[in-house]
Amino acid sequence: MLDNLQLFVDAPFLLIQVLLDGILFGAIFAIAAYGMALVWGVMNVINIVQGEFVMLGGFITFQLTLWGIHPLFGIPVAAAVLFVIGIGLYYGVIRRVVDKDMFISLLATFGLSILLQQLMNQIWGGDVRTAQSGLGTWFLFDYTVTIGQIKVVACAGALILGLILILFLKKSRLGQAIRATAQNPRAARVLGINTDKVFAATYGINAALCGAAGALVVMAYSVHPYIGLPYTVRSFMIVIVAGLGNLPGVILAGLGLGAAENFAAFILGAQFQVAFVFCLLVVILVVRNTLLRHKRKYLK
Amino acid sequence: MNGRGQIILGIVIVAAALAAPLVFPAFRAQIAMLWIMVLFALTWDILGGQTGYNTFGNIIFFGTGMYAAAVFQRDGGFDYFPGLFIGMGLGAVISVVLAAVLGSMILRMRGHYFAIATLGLGIAAGEIASGWNFIGAGSGMSPPLFPGAPGVSYIFFGYLFFGLALITFLILAWVYRTRFGLALNAIRDNEDKAEAMGLKTDTYKIAAWMLAALFLGLCGGAAGNMLGFIDPRDTAFAGATFGVWMVLMAILGGKGTLWGPVLGAFVFHVTQEILWTHLLGWQRVALGLIIVGIVVFFPQGILGWARTRWPERFGHRVETP
Repeated sequence: MLDNLQLFVDAPFLLIQVLLDGILFGAIFAIAAYGMALVWGVMNVINIVQGEFVMLGGFITFQLTLWGIHPLFGIPVAAAVLFVIGIGLYYGVIRRVVDKDMFISLLATFGLSILLQQLMNQIWGGDVRTAQSGLGTWFLFDYTVTIGQIKVVACAGALILGLILILFLKKSRLGQAIRATAQNPRAARVLGINTDKVFAATYGINAALCGAAGALVVMAYSVHPYIGLPYTVRSFMIVIVAGLGNLPGVILAGLGLGAAENFAAFILGAQFQVAFVFCLLVVILVVRNTLLRHKRKYLK
Repeated sequence: MNGRGQIILGIVIVAAALAAPLVFPAFRAQIAMLWIMVLFALTWDILGGQTGYNTFGNIIFFGTGMYAAAVFQRDGGFDYFPGLFIGMGLGAVISVVLAAVLGSMILRMRGHYFAIATLGLGIAAGEIASGWNFIGAGSGMSPPLFPGAPGVSYIFFGYLFFGLALITFLILAWVYRTRFGLALNAIRDNEDKAEAMGLKTDTYKIAAWMLAALFLGLCGGAAGNMLGFIDPRDTAFAGATFGVWMVLMAILGGKGTLWGPVLGAFVFHVTQEILWTHLLGWQRVALGLIIVGIVVFFPQGILGWARTRWPERFGHRVETP
């Protein structure tokens, strides 16, 4: 561990490398996190199946490359397929747990995530998959820092998706209905908004966002049936840190998390990266709780 | 069910349990597993059902107990049985301390934040264990072999787990009737009110989790020896199987009741043993479907359903208008 820290002193360019990799990775987390914030804010459901949606989007893109289609087309295709799946899951399952205790929906989506994991394992097998985009690599600072171009494309794609989502929520009729429902579902119903349809659309949009994020993940990194849960947890952490409905915050938190995680993986060793993510989750929750308690003391 | 009925039912179950490994020698391993499942469901219900704090992470105490006992048996230099029992005790102590430390950190959170924090803890524990060389890292650990004929170990562990489950059940039956049990129920029903009434809710919650950790730690130490191999993610910190099953069994039987988790564990384990081998590769799909099905369509559980169906049998007076 200390040897790895020493490396930073010996070779400062490594700092840049790790930081850049982390930030580029983090942009993708931000997309999944924004979907989670949307579902959480509008439907009051914490969607544990988030990470499996990301993996599924990745596998769909991988399937397209098997058929000889360039993986960049996977972004819209995965989003469309996931949108349909999301709507289906909403009408099949989520709809029945939306108005119940939050733990019920937590457990229901957890069940869905186990189900999807194994289905993906049955369909695509338990190997780590990637899709080759055929893009090259940039070398910076005399070949000391390398950046896969696809990572930059993925990062840019994530930011563009975020922008499209903001415009959609601000401008379109459905987006306004979604925001109205998030503010007050009962008042929205009174004013003639079909909240059931809004919920379905919200869940579908979330799934589509995750699918697009998955397409980016499979091109720039890799997918595996059982590594969805870390993505769920990352989204959850980002939402907690940034708050609901704060897109710049979500993107910043996502980039920060990506960088932090990459540094942790470099210093502690890659086998502890997932452990770091989950420990960080607990730490963030504890800190958040302490801060809340602290605030409450002032009120007393 | 009145008190006498419960005692008669209890005696019947104890007699059946004592006879079972001798009557059905082919199912000894499954019978031993059944008692572990009963223990899982009972201990989950202390916090999940009675206190209203749903956890996904109770599996960490099971895994901690398993590893602690195995490490003690490896490095302690005792004979098999003293090593096993001291190891189990050590595992229980470490689990209880762990529950106190973690509990004082995360049990101050409310509801779903706590649930997600425990989910994180459970997986983090598995990941740490599979990266830690002292306990065998990803390739796991093998506890010492049971001395004696291969078939005997399942008889020994079957009775050991039955004894543990029985003691757990009796202690919980007593605890739920004391002031402590009432305090837990008060926290479940309305934590703010309970706090306003002067209950130290955090202390009660932590104590409840420590109680669960005690039994899970003991159980884990012996379970590692019975299974003969400890894998960090698939047996010790098996969040996706044992960790979810305990939640599911308690909910299936009826959470927040004494007999519910026992009933749920029986139904779940028997169904699982009959169906599981036919579902090769699709088990987790089935598990996911079962979770969704139970949670969506049957959240009140078997006992909860029976209670609304025949309220008079549970001692509720039915007012007829």
